[in-house]
Amino acid sequence: MELVDQLQPAMLRVARMYVSTTAVAEEVVQDAWVGVLRGLPGFEGRSSLRTWIFRILTNIAKTRGQREGRSLPFASLAGDDLDALAVEASRFDSPGGSSRGRWSTLPDDWTGIPEDRLLGHETLDVIGRAIASLPPMQAEVIRLRDALGWTSEEVRNALDLTETNQRVLLHRARAKVRGALERYLSSEAT
Amino acid sequence: MGRDLTCKELVELITGYLEGTLRGRRLRRFESHLAACDGCTRYLAQMEMTIRVTGTLTQEQVTDEQREVLLAAFRDWKAN
Repeated sequence: MELVDQLQPAMLRVARMYVSTTAVAEEVVQDAWVGVLRGLPGFEGRSSLRTWIFRILTNIAKTRGQREGRSLPFASLAGDDLDALAVEASRFDSPGGSSRGRWSTLPDDWTGIPEDRLLGHETLDVIGRAIASLPPMQAEVIRLRDALGWTSEEVRNALDLTETNQRVLLHRARAKVRGALERYLSSEAT
Repeated sequence: MGRDLTCKELVELITGYLEGTLRGRRLRRFESHLAACDGCTRYLAQMEMTIRVTGTLTQEQVTDEQREVLLAAFRDWKAN
């Protein structure tokens, strides 16, 4: 059951991306576990176990979503802001002068922030809320990569993403989470 | 291509840099800008801290009910 504890919450979220309700997502996850048990004797270890489990899950979830008549364009999961700037343009000098594209005000130095504040539950809440507000695929990529420590290859395989898509999703997600943290930390500063 | 990177351009390359996919001449341009720029050095440090703090988020717990449903599904499967 240890593997279930580790993977189940993420499996439910991923299934929910493709199907219409939480109840259906729960069924999909159950079917996936049964598929895992059935397929385990043939698992060749060419990918990590958790990647393989997620491949089974996403296949079942996608099939189920199609049967429900849900066809999701990539943009509805990935978000339509993938081309947006990581930092607002107003933070840089505008075109024209010789300092074009340079920081107009430097980012704050966070190295002096005490650990207990940086890792305190308020800060974690800010990050948790920022992630929850991301488009689903961006949220899942940053959770798997940065919160759960999966490798880029594992995430690409598990979520069926190209290398470029994985990186772009992670880039947008991290940029927005950093932005949320910056707003929180600068509003706290006295 | 000979032109130096601007700060605004650098922040968009930072994930590629951290992922190790920035290579060759693009990597050298990134690193030479970074070496000379306090703002971008701070931005990179902020990003690394953001990643580190995100890494301390705790996972949601599996509920007892979810666990029961799953165990029942496993038993059904074994029985078949």
